[in-house]
Amino acid sequence: MLDRRLIDCYQRDLPVCPQPFQAMAERLGTSEAEVIARLQRLQALDVLSRVGPVFEHTLAGASLLAAVAVPEEERDAFAELINQAPGVNHNYAREHHYNLWFVMTAPEEQCLDERLNHLETMLGRTILRLPMLESFHIDLAFTIPWAELERI
Amino acid sequence: MTTTTPLVLERVCQAHESDAHRHLRALLEQGLPLTPRPWQALAEQCGLEEAEVMACVDRWQDEKLIKRLGLVVRHRCLGIRANAMVVWNVPDEQVARVGQALAQESVVTLCYRRPRRLPDWPFNLFCMIHGIQREQVLAQLELLVHHHGLAEIDHQVLFSHHAYRQCGGRYAQGGSYAQ
Repeated sequence: MLDRRLIDCYQRDLPVCPQPFQAMAERLGTSEAEVIARLQRLQALDVLSRVGPVFEHTLAGASLLAAVAVPEEERDAFAELINQAPGVNHNYAREHHYNLWFVMTAPEEQCLDERLNHLETMLGRTILRLPMLESFHIDLAFTIPWAELERI
Repeated sequence: MTTTTPLVLERVCQAHESDAHRHLRALLEQGLPLTPRPWQALAEQCGLEEAEVMACVDRWQDEKLIKRLGLVVRHRCLGIRANAMVVWNVPDEQVARVGQALAQESVVTLCYRRPRRLPDWPFNLFCMIHGIQREQVLAQLELLVHHHGLAEIDHQVLFSHHAYRQCGGRYAQGGSYAQ
């Protein structure tokens, strides 16, 4: 239950004070050492990508959603090439003719274009380049539906 | 909330950054060290004081360079695996209205406009629905279509079925392979 409470309470507003995990422990009625141990474990289990900031990508640098269509039987090999390219932070297989979807990031636009051009050569395939033009809503810190997850 | 890429703001932010602050940003992108004094540990690595690091993080939160600070969850690992990217081909004059309407729906976690790439890619509006079971996500989508009168709008549903990589953006680092 402590794991869930940590996730429920601290997907945002992690305290910025000298001992943040102590402050979290006080609120949750446990010890600093326990909070740190739980976070380390959740990170080791891959439940947490990290504990830290999510940067606003339009201010932090350049980024782009990209897609390629590759033969399904060679998908893993193409995905590996994409993962090796600098700046790739998301890479998913999706059920579509365009079956690999990834996000590439870079310090600025020119660098992003160069990275994509280079990757395009490596893959030998045209990359569909889909920059964000307008954001209506982005919030991946939504409430986790624990009860529903227990029913499956 | 509507944002477009503010290139001028981006340059202003970068111009005021010292090497130590850039280093701090690169370290922060990888997450906090899980030790009792994480800001102190980061400060030592960038040649700053602990108080300077905390002040900087506060400022970046105020400036919205940092959107949120906390636990970043990999939903797939928790069992939230039916994640649908729904793409729509909305007439240009309607796309802002439809995007804003979908963004209000609690099941929609991301919603944004992207360019068409004709003839290969006619879709200009993207939204994500994160769910546990595929049938549930498809039922939620059906409700959205019905509620917002989108039956005439061509759309496709792209479920993800494997994550090869899922981590935070790497904006501050120099890029090299196998880093």
